[in-house]
Amino acid sequence: MNIKSLADLEKRANERGCDIAQIVLEEEMVESGKTDKEICARVKETFDVMKNAALSGLAKNSKSVSGLTGADAFKYHEYRKGDRRCVLSGICADAMMYAVSAAETNAAMGVIAAAPTAGASGILPGVMLAMQKAYDFSDDEIIRALLCASGVGMVIALRSTVSGAEGGCQAECGTGASMAAAAACALLSGTARQCIEASALAMKNCLGLACDPVAGLVEVPCVKRNGFFAVHALTAADMAMSGIESVIPPDEVIDAMYQIGVSLPSAIRETAAGGLAATPTGCALKRKIFKT
Amino acid sequence: MGSIFDILGPITVGPSSSHTAGAIRIGLVCRRLLREDVKEAEIKFYGSFAETYKGHGTDKALIGGLLGLPMASEDVKESFAIAEKKGLKFSISTAQDPRYHPNTVAISAKGERNEITIRASSVGGGSIKLNDMNGYGMDISCDMDTLVIRNRDNPGALAAITKTMSDKGYNIGTLRLSRSNKGGDAVTIVEMDERPENKLIEALKELPLVIDVVLIPKL
Repeated sequence: MNIKSLADLEKRANERGCDIAQIVLEEEMVESGKTDKEICARVKETFDVMKNAALSGLAKNSKSVSGLTGADAFKYHEYRKGDRRCVLSGICADAMMYAVSAAETNAAMGVIAAAPTAGASGILPGVMLAMQKAYDFSDDEIIRALLCASGVGMVIALRSTVSGAEGGCQAECGTGASMAAAAACALLSGTARQCIEASALAMKNCLGLACDPVAGLVEVPCVKRNGFFAVHALTAADMAMSGIESVIPPDEVIDAMYQIGVSLPSAIRETAAGGLAATPTGCALKRKIFKT
Repeated sequence: MGSIFDILGPITVGPSSSHTAGAIRIGLVCRRLLREDVKEAEIKFYGSFAETYKGHGTDKALIGGLLGLPMASEDVKESFAIAEKKGLKFSISTAQDPRYHPNTVAISAKGERNEITIRASSVGGGSIKLNDMNGYGMDISCDMDTLVIRNRDNPGALAAITKTMSDKGYNIGTLRLSRSNKGGDAVTIVEMDERPENKLIEALKELPLVIDVVLIPKL
């Protein structure tokens, strides 16, 4: 994709009088030599994988390979049954539940679509499924929202990084939430600017986040974090749709994410040498899992 | 920057694009280079692979790839059982070598006829690098159809190779030439825009200065 900034993405959409999805789709046609139909079919296939991952993790007996995580989405699903008073409801509750479920599918070696990574693969499905359920969006509308999310993700990958080893969790789940926030705005027919502002608001609120997985596995705190970040993305989307904007321009937020990422100590960049991984319990769990 | 499907994807089994998806792809590359079913495999994990392979299922993923299971196959989780059924014997050990990328694996694989030794690393997001094949150092992403040509380090070898390609109407994406020592064998690595047909590979093999040609198909 030959787009270097979110500002550029917004400008091109505005000049053409189209949405961000259209710009991203046309760029991908040039990049891949494929037709718009072929590209949209592959996005649809990706969404189907996301949907399966988000539904299959709801099973009672889902357990990860290590045994550290699993069955939390099921627990939450049961908790919501009946007319119990819950704190979250509607889209937020669904998005959180589906995101945890997809992340549990990932931890259990199920089939997922990375967005942008496997560790963050619950956020975008959680948000998309919850929005579709609430407002009956067609799969075609979801496809366009995912194209918009991809455009945002591509710019972040280009200007910064989406690897936890390089930039901490802000680079993985932060990017996942930025993409999901933009996609949610796209579904609500937000302007290009609103989509981009939503992505910046989501990213800004998780700058500096450590990647400190227990035993080096994509489980603790990753699985539940996907649930938190689905709600986080929805918050950013609603703020942007109401006209709230980031004081720091979106591209500068991405650049700040990169600067923070490279200045994070390596102990909290996916090495499992610091943070939660280095707690007494984190260390004990590691010994138990690897029997060392 | 490449395709949107690098960000929205890959579609793969979890839990980690580097420790699982990348490992499946390395197994697939090894299998394709062997050009037959793998019967025996000695696997050595290095770095973070060595430390966390059990929890990430890196071992299951690698065996899955060696069995030819695609990245998005639920069967990867059950690859050990499938290996037993299909008669693939394997051993796993670990080692450390600070020169290597943190997620590196070395594999010696045997089939009924062929055998091969490779070293490869998983460099993030499911992307991989083939670092070594049968003792020849390289740096191949396997994202394009790649020809690995072992040739004599003599004048005219490269010219003959590129002429054969252009005569057959092939366009070269990238080309790298390296050698172990002066006057010894050289390795020419050519990434192609389109899949080279057998005719091209045979024509290259017939060149007097060419010793061997292997196609590493795009994954």
